Amino acid sequence: MSDSSLRLVWVYPDLLSTYGDRGNALVVERRARQRGLNVQRIDIRSDQPIPTSGDIYLIGGGEDRPQRLAAERLRADSGLPRAVDNGAIVFSVCAGYQILGHEFINDLGEREPGLGLLDVWSTRGEGARSVGDVLAESDPVLGLPTLTGFENHQGVTHLGQGVSPLAQVTVGNGNGDGSGTEGAWRDTVFGTYLHGPVLARNPAVADMLIKLALDVNALPAADTTWYDALRAERISAVGQGA
Amino acid sequence: MPGTDSEAAATGARDSSLPARSKLAVTAGRMAAAASKSIGRGSGSVIGGKVALKLDPYLLARLADHLDVVLVSATNGKTTTTRLIAEALRAAGPVVSNALGANMPAGITSALAGGSDARYGVIEVDEKYLAGVARDTSPKAIALLNLSRDQLDRAAETRMMAEKWREGLQHTDAVIIANADDPLVTWAASSCQRVVWVAAGQAWKEDAWSCPSCGGVMQRPGDDWYCQECGFRRPQPHWALQGTHVIDPNGSAWPIQLQLPGRANLANATSSAAVAAVFGVAPQVALERMQSVTAVAGRYDVVNYLGRDVRLLLAKNPAGWLETFSLIDGPPAPVILSVNALDADGTDTSWLWDVDYERLQGHPIFVMGQRKLDLAVRLEVAGLQFQVVDSAEEAVRMAPPGRIEAIANYTAFQQLRKVVAAG
Repeated sequence: MSDSSLRLVWVYPDLLSTYGDRGNALVVERRARQRGLNVQRIDIRSDQPIPTSGDIYLIGGGEDRPQRLAAERLRADSGLPRAVDNGAIVFSVCAGYQILGHEFINDLGEREPGLGLLDVWSTRGEGARSVGDVLAESDPVLGLPTLTGFENHQGVTHLGQGVSPLAQVTVGNGNGDGSGTEGAWRDTVFGTYLHGPVLARNPAVADMLIKLALDVNALPAADTTWYDALRAERISAVGQGA
Repeated sequence: MPGTDSEAAATGARDSSLPARSKLAVTAGRMAAAASKSIGRGSGSVIGGKVALKLDPYLLARLADHLDVVLVSATNGKTTTTRLIAEALRAAGPVVSNALGANMPAGITSALAGGSDARYGVIEVDEKYLAGVARDTSPKAIALLNLSRDQLDRAAETRMMAEKWREGLQHTDAVIIANADDPLVTWAASSCQRVVWVAAGQAWKEDAWSCPSCGGVMQRPGDDWYCQECGFRRPQPHWALQGTHVIDPNGSAWPIQLQLPGRANLANATSSAAVAAVFGVAPQVALERMQSVTAVAGRYDVVNYLGRDVRLLLAKNPAGWLETFSLIDGPPAPVILSVNALDADGTDTSWLWDVDYERLQGHPIFVMGQRKLDLAVRLEVAGLQFQVVDSAEEAVRMAPPGRIEAIANYTAFQQLRKVVAAG
């Protein structure tokens, strides 16, 4: 974290920006600016090198073929692992989450190596695709309120010893491995199946990323009126099975 | 477009050349449609078509047999373009068309069963059904306008749709009229024998940054596009939209004078002129006839509601919203936004974040619909001023002077139409 500016890197929007992922970038940007931070947002296309000096990296969801292409290009570019070594924060969603793990099943039905930044591996679910609203209670260590989001994936993600689940689902499938867990995290690297996009539904998660980047325990207050109204409406609607 | 009932009823006597089984199927379908209509469940065209196809699975093929058929498919603009082409071809003879958007096989069958005297069939087809309908109807031409993300919670991925088109159409005898400015459409069409390329433009680019052929990163300088890795590139267009003119293959420029607003409709008119030429209708004649089209299934309709002019605009996905923003009156024209997430809309609202609502800066904005709170968060993050309301009436009463632009997604649009029609 340099001075009072935040470097926000959005990884490969040309490949991984299918489920409103731009929203996660916009929400982090907005909430950081509301705290008086100077935000530099850097969108990195998949033919450009990943900078290693970012504070927060966002990597989103995508279709099966772009996911394979993204994994190939990220493996060839060592920028993201080096940034994590430097203490950067990474927040990944769906296809991006799978890429951060050890491996996933690609569009050709083959095992595709990931980056190994999270101790997880993904397989293809045998049952129906997981599509729909999700409610989940986050890892108490993170101190976050109920997570709300929307999932749409065929993948099943298995967690190793080196990560903790991000949350436990109360509605929806999450990791889909039968354990009721949703997402995974370790130190400064996070993965989730929630889009919606997840940071617009859960501004506390956006604030958590900003706090980690600034290495502070608290941020000045920023209005959450509309987020709160949306959260209440979604939690109520989904809780009733709407 | 989702498989909704259309008001297109299956009426009219069927051609006597049909076999007995088909005649029976047409009659049974008509009775089912009438029964459905009489109990107030829409027009009955979809149920009528389903009953008829059950009795004679080859009915669609038989009905299309003596028609010169053109199919129209796309993510956006297919209903309007179908209407424009139908108007243009009426210069050459009677036309039957599923003009009101029932675009899956049952609705198409119903519509064709109602056009016994027609010479031309102008048929809008849902993207997912295009290959099958093309096989059944042996079309003379197929217009492919654009492909972009739409209802991702239930639809196939966008590139998969292009692949389905490519595989399903590669052996067709039809002339393909394809948008050369859309890399996904170009890729879908480029395995076909006879393609007429139209430079119809495409504002939305977010679904085609990777080469549909090899996956390479697409280079998109200006209006051009190409893949540096495999050489797949924008074909040389035969027809083009240039400003408000159609440029035909001879290089002649023809003015487009539409009552429908917006760049997207100029593009639709250009593709329609190219289609009309396949059927021997000259661009000048075709374009003149397109002038008569005003509202299409209520879209673009300006209605008087509570003493105010309200223009009804349908936008179902990010590409559609982008085109819609480019045609609305500038600030300070008041804007109503209404978004639902019912099954027919897709239940995932994440697409709201792909829409550049930032473009509404300076407009008084009123937000409504089942998912108004999703919209409220989106607009808050965009840094816009807005008011959340419970009804169109409340929005219109609060709106400052000027024509009101009301933009809604699919079911929200239908609801809005009903409310303003009831006054």
